[in-house]
Amino acid sequence: MDARERMLRIAAREIQEGMTVNLGIGLPTQLVNYLDPAMSICLHSENGITGVGPVLDFDKADRNLIDAGGAYVSTLPGAAFFDSAVSFAMVRSGRIDLTVLGAFEVAMNGDLANWMVPGVFAAGVGGGMELAQKARRVVILMTHRDRHGKSKIVRECSLPISAAACVHSIYTDMAVIDVADEGLILRMIAEGVTVDEVIDSTAAPLQIPQQPVPSF
Amino acid sequence: MRSKAETIESAIASISDGDTIMVGGFGVPGTPFCLLDELARQGQKHLTLIKNDANEAGMGVDHLLQNGQIDRLVVSHIGLNANATKMMNEGRVEVEFCPQGILAERIRCAGAGLFGFLTDIGIDTILAEGKPRVEVDGRELLLEKPLKADFALLHAHNADPLGNLVYAAAAQNFSPLMAMAADRVIVEIEQLLASGELQPATIHTPAPFVDVLVELPALTAQYGVLRRGR
Repeated sequence: MDARERMLRIAAREIQEGMTVNLGIGLPTQLVNYLDPAMSICLHSENGITGVGPVLDFDKADRNLIDAGGAYVSTLPGAAFFDSAVSFAMVRSGRIDLTVLGAFEVAMNGDLANWMVPGVFAAGVGGGMELAQKARRVVILMTHRDRHGKSKIVRECSLPISAAACVHSIYTDMAVIDVADEGLILRMIAEGVTVDEVIDSTAAPLQIPQQPVPSF
Repeated sequence: MRSKAETIESAIASISDGDTIMVGGFGVPGTPFCLLDELARQGQKHLTLIKNDANEAGMGVDHLLQNGQIDRLVVSHIGLNANATKMMNEGRVEVEFCPQGILAERIRCAGAGLFGFLTDIGIDTILAEGKPRVEVDGRELLLEKPLKADFALLHAHNADPLGNLVYAAAAQNFSPLMAMAADRVIVEIEQLLASGELQPATIHTPAPFVDVLVELPALTAQYGVLRRGR
């Protein structure tokens, strides 16, 4: 199992029985593949669904039933459809227990930049701003470094932020890091990676616990 | 009983150059492709278009963009349409981005006859620039203004002759809100039912919000499952 897969497996533990969860487009959506099928959770999709079920083959797809990422999905027993105002009332009023999102940068105070790279990528924020600002728990799933090897965990975001001080935990291919009042705390480390390598790959101060850091 | 049914040609012909138009849909579900294609054929220009997204290249709203009929887009994102992003970057179309739920709520706000609402969404971001700030009980909030339109173009699954509407699954999205927020609401429908055939408790949009019904003779391929590469 590679580091990415182990990251997904460990991040999937964030999702607990009974939660209402919104998974961002891309990597976060794949967390559903790592859940205990017996567990009962409610997946929310921004376009107006609760009770989202597994993705369907094109042949079995309902043309009117996609998730916010455009995948043709099924619904589970107990699912509901609603309009976009209701969908985001659910988000803003704190009914989403957990959201898992991707990121370009996360700052040591929990600021999140995941919607815009000026001059390069500026296609709009979709529902990401409201999810980041209002979900009860915000978990980031991302590579530790960008394509150029630069840390995506930073002292201060250089990119336009989506929401301030919103991130609770960061899951990367190298480490699991919690954002606490006192700063970033290393919680877990990927197998085959040393604490020094994580520190070197992180462009913000990282607190290392006294006791040995568990690996994943 | 007066029927709201019209031909697609006459329904769209009531749109003029410079009008503001809301368009239902989130991706394919709910997008009124036939109404958009007729608007592309008739060629009204300098339109402002309010929609969640700009569809994908070669579909729906993209035809209007390619024709140069749209001056301004108000959307939550256009990430699935590379053509729309290109036109924005080249300054050929002006784009206003709203967080998705704020876009929905601004439309609902106009539809509910209100004059604005206060929110903290985006308050620490560049999307707050230029928005009036209001203090309530010691808390600073952004004033979001309602979004109205001259027309709403919607797609519904069923309607009765009065114009009561039912949407299918995730095709509902922005449509019930837009039906409330436009001066003239034009709805293409898959199936026109006889009066009384719709159960009152299942109706998503009540008839007083609807002005014109266009029954679609058949669904074109663009309404079908979009077989993207995986």
